[in-house]
Amino acid sequence: MDPRFVDVGSVRADLEAADYLADDGIAGVVYLADRLQKPILVEGPAGTGKTQLAKSVAEITGARLIRLQCYEGLDEAKALYEWNYKKQLLRIQAERNSEVEWDAIEDDIFSDEFLLTRPLLEAIRSEDPVVLLIDEVDRVEIETEALLLEILSDYQVSIPELGTIEAKQIPLVFLTSNNTRELSEALKRRCLYLHIDYPEMEREKQIILNKVDGLTDNLADQITRIVRSIRQLELKKAPSVSETIDWARTLILLGIDQIDAETATDTVNILLKYQSDITKAIKEFAQSDEFSG
Amino acid sequence: MTTTESPTEPADDPSSSGSPMLDLLSGFIVELRNAGLPVSLTENLDAMEAVKHIPMEDRETFKYALAATLVKNHSHWHAFEIVFEVFFAMRGSEYEITEDRFPDLDDMDDDDQGEAQGQGASQGQGGGGGEALSPEQLAQMLMDALKKGDQAMMRALARQAVRRYAGMEPGRPVGGTYYLYRTLRNLDLDGMMEQLMDQSREQAPDGQLSKFEERLERDEFNDRIEKLKKEIEAEIRRMLVADRGVEAMSRTLRKPLPEDVDFMHATREEMNSLRKAIYPLTRKLAARLARKRKYGRRGPLDFRKTVRTSLSYGGVPADPQFRFPKPHKPEIFVIADISGSVAAFARFTLHLVYAISGQFSKVRAFVFIDGLDEVTRFFDGVDDISEAVHRVNTEADVVWVDGHSDYGHAFGVFWERYGKDIGPKTTVLILGDARNNYHASQSWIIKEIQSKARQVHWLNPEPKSYWDTGDSIVGEYTNYCDGVYEVRNLRQLEGFVEKLI
Repeated sequence: MDPRFVDVGSVRADLEAADYLADDGIAGVVYLADRLQKPILVEGPAGTGKTQLAKSVAEITGARLIRLQCYEGLDEAKALYEWNYKKQLLRIQAERNSEVEWDAIEDDIFSDEFLLTRPLLEAIRSEDPVVLLIDEVDRVEIETEALLLEILSDYQVSIPELGTIEAKQIPLVFLTSNNTRELSEALKRRCLYLHIDYPEMEREKQIILNKVDGLTDNLADQITRIVRSIRQLELKKAPSVSETIDWARTLILLGIDQIDAETATDTVNILLKYQSDITKAIKEFAQSDEFSG
Repeated sequence: MTTTESPTEPADDPSSSGSPMLDLLSGFIVELRNAGLPVSLTENLDAMEAVKHIPMEDRETFKYALAATLVKNHSHWHAFEIVFEVFFAMRGSEYEITEDRFPDLDDMDDDDQGEAQGQGASQGQGGGGGEALSPEQLAQMLMDALKKGDQAMMRALARQAVRRYAGMEPGRPVGGTYYLYRTLRNLDLDGMMEQLMDQSREQAPDGQLSKFEERLERDEFNDRIEKLKKEIEAEIRRMLVADRGVEAMSRTLRKPLPEDVDFMHATREEMNSLRKAIYPLTRKLAARLARKRKYGRRGPLDFRKTVRTSLSYGGVPADPQFRFPKPHKPEIFVIADISGSVAAFARFTLHLVYAISGQFSKVRAFVFIDGLDEVTRFFDGVDDISEAVHRVNTEADVVWVDGHSDYGHAFGVFWERYGKDIGPKTTVLILGDARNNYHASQSWIIKEIQSKARQVHWLNPEPKSYWDTGDSIVGEYTNYCDGVYEVRNLRQLEGFVEKLI
């Protein structure tokens, strides 16, 4: 199969054209995933653009995005495939009076026609290029992770009644995790690992300039600097990139072009979601003078 | 899965993808393993595959490519970075990574010429580069670079500063920290910080900054100064590698991973990384425990039910029935020694226990040195555990006579005041090194506690081999505890807590 990208630079440029600002690490790993044909495990704090990365890659490669949202209790029938039991039953009943041998019926009802494909199988069987996004994989139980292993390492699915279905094309696979638990070694071993952290200030500024209309360079600069200062506090939940964007939008709506301590105090509830965090931040804004020499 | 076609990279000339590269890489991986990172064989192979696709000239990407294949846990990133810097810093001339990004590297041993060039190239104005710089000029240029946030310039100046101030002598067996200290002392970054702040105050429209702006300016400069320090550190590391060789250096720089850092001997920096590590750890632990409780093992055999179902099999108990597990929520009493040597350990344990307090029906905390005080009140209704732990250390009334640990007396006070609260549901955790300054042990109290409580566990932050040496009397208490554990680092602490529930 032809590689999707020419070099790391082009990945970066393409992503940028799709409004996703990647850094060296992100672009490099995406490029590598394509070349090595390995899935990418993306970890990092919530709201740093993990899911968006998969979407943007799908967009720039012109591939279809197939998404499997993980949750506690996810099982084979929801992730891989399921036999269409009702249809099988109908088929058996329809054949009841005819002379067809049981063996033939059995072969028949375990054929493609009665198979309901779920995201993972669908990604494998698709003829066109596909980006498979397995979202929040840390939510499934550790036992369920095993479901993913075959598809991740060999791009195939074994169905006992049908045999092994191999991929028509190798999909680009993204797994995201919010790191609420340690993923199994087996899973990690099969993936390239990418940690997306809060972006550097410069990059964050570019991101909000890209995403928010009518934002001046000066305001964006102030916003990102304040956000950076807030992230340095010990908080329950630091502001994510998406919250920074929300904050920027709010400030635009309020017609503010210069942020002072008061504005920051009034609107900080958009950045922070816990009361204790908000109190802490407001306290910091107010007593900043303690540090001045 | 194998990659079918052999990759033909434009930048991939045969000499660099050949065996020297693989040798280098395997040396690198050996060192990563020495540093404690778990690198499996598959990951090793992946890395070898990866370097075929990413040219080494693109240093940043190369680093991320290696990290993506080799490091699967973010807390190991720092360790990886150090090993990477050591290993690939000096491979310069041989693998041509230095030309564009590090104009100043390939002339390591003797330099003036190349240095002036390097300066000129990165700085543009080229003014007084090289050795001609006086300390004042250097300081001035550094100020300018910090003010503008000019990375390339900062790197060049960091190099200058190290050369001038670190006073490196080849073969001298001191660590990098010593050189770092000397360089920083001479640069007086704190003074520079103040000057920078003064300047931005002058430049403000009305001649002064509001408190808020002041704070933001300060954070900004702090950030830049941190970057400068990193540059200086990197430069020192490069020079040390040049002097002593990769193997020796990576041995010196080898640091334990956050989860293996010893509580009792952590440096300030390690403490910081520990404090950062404990957040995700508690979150993960809480999630795991909640899950374990929900899907935990089946309960004991339900005999009646089994017999009843056996009737449908003609009296054969083919389908054993089990009771639903009755999740017990223990009551936890934490009794912690917070005297100097073990304070950090007590802090982390209290933090962890409170972070998972949802798993217990009740948590009460007591701290002592030679007196004892209940500190549960600090945690009541408080969101911020670290804040509460901090208050415990500053406000609790724990000194009775002289502020030296006296386990015997502290237990005496505990037994007298709170002994009656211990019931059959209570699990008692005692934290401390049992270094009793030769006071009486009063171990009968622990015996009494054990007879009333469900379980008594003792966590000792000292290595096992030190137990019962000197004034440590952990042995006297051991007989009356259900378990005595060595808990020296986060990994062991996590393991213990998980076992507890």
